[in-house]
Amino acid sequence: MASVLIVDYGGGNVRSLTAALERCGARVAVSADPDAVAGAERLMVAGQGAAGAAMAALESRGLADALRDAARRHVPLLGVCVGLQVLFDRSEEDDCAGLGLLHGSVHRIRGAARLPHLGWNDVEPLQDHPLTRDLPAVAYFAHSYAVTANIPSALAITSIDDATIASMVVRGSVAGAQFHPERSAEAGRQLLSRFLAWEPA
Amino acid sequence: MLRRRIIPCLDVSGGRVVKGVEFVNLRDCGEPVDAALRYAEQGADEICWLNITAGDESWQGLLAQVEGAGTRIDVPLTVGGGVSDEPHVRDLLGAGADKVSINSAALDRPGLVAECAERHGSQCIVVAIDARRGPDGAWEAVAAGGRRPTGRDAVAWAVEAVERGAGELLVTAMDQDGTQAGYALDLYARLLDAVDVPIIASGGASGPADIADVLEAGVSAALAASIFHDAISTVEEVKDACRARSLPMR
Repeated sequence: MASVLIVDYGGGNVRSLTAALERCGARVAVSADPDAVAGAERLMVAGQGAAGAAMAALESRGLADALRDAARRHVPLLGVCVGLQVLFDRSEEDDCAGLGLLHGSVHRIRGAARLPHLGWNDVEPLQDHPLTRDLPAVAYFAHSYAVTANIPSALAITSIDDATIASMVVRGSVAGAQFHPERSAEAGRQLLSRFLAWEPA
Repeated sequence: MLRRRIIPCLDVSGGRVVKGVEFVNLRDCGEPVDAALRYAEQGADEICWLNITAGDESWQGLLAQVEGAGTRIDVPLTVGGGVSDEPHVRDLLGAGADKVSINSAALDRPGLVAECAERHGSQCIVVAIDARRGPDGAWEAVAAGGRRPTGRDAVAWAVEAVERGAGELLVTAMDQDGTQAGYALDLYARLLDAVDVPIIASGGASGPADIADVLEAGVSAALAASIFHDAISTVEEVKDACRARSLPMR
């Protein structure tokens, strides 16, 4: 049975994500302890709310360095929504620095008729990868900020009117989903199951 | 392409799903967690849980029920009703709500919208507006489940709520609510021109055609209760009717 540690920095849909992972057969722990992060086999960073508050919480609790160490050890890591956004160098939201595990910046979405981007939208694969085997799929989004589709780590993309965003990203063992797998019905179950089985090279 | 959403609404009172006409004469329609699961399985794009006797029940009891629904369904859950301060929003998000809707408290204290949006992000703050058509054709925002007139123009209030950080508006046309007379298309046309956040239309659906009509008018989502509780239509039947009009559905 795969085991996952959800990094609890005080924000985020921790309960619904825990329940969704358990439905996929995972053993789930939730912790704000950097030592627990250091010992985890597999990590998730959930997210809801603003990037600045999320980063401040991760930095102040020593969780940011624990996540950077885990990435250096190639521990599989999946960030969801704001949890994806904090993986990058910077976010325009609150003009804050991120974890710097992926290169690029998070911007407010430009070209959408209405924001936030709330609802179900297509996730279309850009490359063949263990995490994209079930794509294309339709998943649930709730955000106004995103990384653009032309960044090197883009793994899947999603269009909102005239905007195209990276809806999944990956580099090495560090991956992110801009949508909420815990609220994306079958598409979410598939991504979480793929993540639980993922062995980054 | 972003899909339009169909949102069954659970009006919850005393821990049970109820439905009335224009918010009175409530009928029992079952257990809310079971109803949420049933609608999610039918293809609901989101579930809306409105606690309509706010204040009469224990807050902890409500949170426990929301947590039960939130951990068992795999589509988004919006919870509202009796949300009067930021700790209420925090509690509901912590219990597993994806979005929280604020109604009368936002009218009484508009700064609450900004406080909640700054802390939790606009994407999870829904301002719910109950609107009643006046003799001059304008719509007035009403508070306390329709019991308290405010004298505020509903469209002007919608604009202010968005300026203060509301990420979505859930707008119920009170004259239509529970009457199955169709959605108030003129109200939604005005709102769509006035604001640039998603709008959920609520109140008046008699069947799939009404829902397709209001989605065609441009709202992001349609909320309905009676037609689902009374099994007039399933969520999938509604979606089929919308697909037949080339609306993008999940």
